[in-house]
Amino acid sequence: MFKLKATIIKDIRILLRDKVGISLMFIMPIILVVVVTSIQNSTFQLVNKNKLSIIINNSDTGQASKQLIKAINKIGMFKASQVSGDKTEQQIAEAMHQHDAMLGIIIPSNFSAKVAAKSKSVAGKALTSFGLQGDPVKNVGDVDPLTVYYNPILQDNIRLSVQGALRSALQLVESRETLRSLYFSINEKQLPESLENEMLNNKTAINEIPVSKDGTRTTPNATQHNVPAWTIFAMFFIIMSLGGSVVREKISGSFIRLKTLPTNYFVGLLSKQITYLVVTMLQAAVIFSMGIWLFPFLGLPALNLPSDVLALIIVTVVCGWCAVSYAMCVGVFAQTQEQANGFGAVSIVILASIGGLMVPSFAMQGFFKSAANLSPMHWCLQAYYTLFLEGGKLKDVINNIIPLLIITLLLQLVTFVGLKRKNLI
Amino acid sequence: MVSQLAIDVENIGFRYPGNPEVSFSQLNLQVAKGVRFGLFGPNGAGKTTLISLMTGLLSADEGHIALLGQEIGKQKSGVNKLFGFVPQDFSFYHELSPVENLEFFGAWSGLDKQTIKTRTDELLTILGLNDVRNKQVQKFSGGMKRRVNLAIGVMHDPAILFLDEPTVGVDVQTGHAIINYLLQLNKKGTTLVYTSHQLSEAEGLCEQVALIDGGKIIAQDNLDTLLKTHNQDNLEQLFLNLTGKEYRN
Repeated sequence: MFKLKATIIKDIRILLRDKVGISLMFIMPIILVVVVTSIQNSTFQLVNKNKLSIIINNSDTGQASKQLIKAINKIGMFKASQVSGDKTEQQIAEAMHQHDAMLGIIIPSNFSAKVAAKSKSVAGKALTSFGLQGDPVKNVGDVDPLTVYYNPILQDNIRLSVQGALRSALQLVESRETLRSLYFSINEKQLPESLENEMLNNKTAINEIPVSKDGTRTTPNATQHNVPAWTIFAMFFIIMSLGGSVVREKISGSFIRLKTLPTNYFVGLLSKQITYLVVTMLQAAVIFSMGIWLFPFLGLPALNLPSDVLALIIVTVVCGWCAVSYAMCVGVFAQTQEQANGFGAVSIVILASIGGLMVPSFAMQGFFKSAANLSPMHWCLQAYYTLFLEGGKLKDVINNIIPLLIITLLLQLVTFVGLKRKNLI
Repeated sequence: MVSQLAIDVENIGFRYPGNPEVSFSQLNLQVAKGVRFGLFGPNGAGKTTLISLMTGLLSADEGHIALLGQEIGKQKSGVNKLFGFVPQDFSFYHELSPVENLEFFGAWSGLDKQTIKTRTDELLTILGLNDVRNKQVQKFSGGMKRRVNLAIGVMHDPAILFLDEPTVGVDVQTGHAIINYLLQLNKKGTTLVYTSHQLSEAEGLCEQVALIDGGKIIAQDNLDTLLKTHNQDNLEQLFLNLTGKEYRN
């Protein structure tokens, strides 16, 4: 025990004097988490809170196009500006740029006339099918399409949402016209507005309720997503200090002397594991504290800790141990400090990518979806997301902790074999 | 039965993995307790390999090596307490101070807290490092680093001390101080196994010598006897006479 204590003290002393290593382990992840959260928070604001700027070029003078514009405004997701006159594609692009608009909707000049004609035709067909005398059914062509120009940076899912919203607005306009024609053909007078509204306006409300495992109804924000993700990244980034430290010790003369002393090198490895596990705990504590107390001052949403704090501690310890095991493994096999640092940094970025830290794993396809399971960061992230985003409890993260422990034990085994093969223990 | 031999190397054979050339075959070497023993040879002769085998850093393919009657490699923690090793490279943590290095290596040598403190004070005084005891070693001169290297090797007061070029790259004063300290240790009963290319210095320190070349011990005896037998005036002449004057790689 005295030997272990002395070794831990030695490792802490060396670590505290490694200013570059400390910067890499603490300052860099802090900068990363603040920058990425700020950027993603702006995106969240744009997507979730801000209205999407659009321009509408209406070449039609009829009622249907006015109703369509009214319906588009009523959807609530657009901030519409109107531009008049016939415009070329180039002029539309310029107008979009001027209005900072992501979309440009062009309503063709014969829109109202075509909608009216189509509605009359549909109403006539309906009356005939009811066995009533209606206007003779004429075959009219389809309404000319609306043209939608969009900024290519607009994400596909947003574009699809916009398309759905436009279809809904068009449906309303066409249904109104058909209803009016139908009513007029039967009663030979205009459809009363109150009845029209009653028939067309959707009366069934939709209640939206976020559901999480702990029953809380807080909607996750950029902070809840990013703080756990970049905490994991920071933990694994200790490879820059620990991997180098193992290599330095291995290639320096001190290792030769250690091998001649009556103490097993396991004590040295155990000491490094304990020291750096504490470092990963500190990293998590610092980054979580920033999320809770500093982020609100930076205009970012505050981090809400999960209700099951014990589960959070257990997940953090297991993630930290896995990160330490990975760094030790790389350190044992690397021949030089440059190898450990270079391979370490690149492999961490790759593991983070396939693990879903940079692109959500649910968005991955084929091989990469399966490969995500091989990345320890994937299991760390899933465990944290269950706790932070879904309000899960310890029982909910067991199925993430077990694979993480298996990977950790495998890394320890590979490290042991590596040490044996290199005659280091 | 207490062994009168500090080191008993018996019929060892060794080759480096992946290297078809045999480093040692049927090599024998005996060093009595309490002597100042010098092991000399040209570059690549096998000095460092032999010291590595005697300190357990390498394992012999065949044969036995015993230190004070205890076989090396079989009772690791027991036999490793018997000897100290001062490698040619600076074998300590440059980020730590001499005190911090001695605290750590003292603990790994099996010493308790009080003994570590006592030995640290004693060694830093003897080796003239008291004034810099709390400064980081990386800021030290080569001579000061050599003294730290030596202090760590003798921290647990070993019965046998292996020294691989302990004075290389130091000034005359430091070299002189180190040799004097080694003589004092030997007077107290420590067996010294010393290797160096500084043969004039070695001549003043060693009473028994062995010359090794091509993985074989080509001469071993008291230094005076060897000089007389080969009709040479000093160790350097004897060395050149027995190992030749051509370059070695």
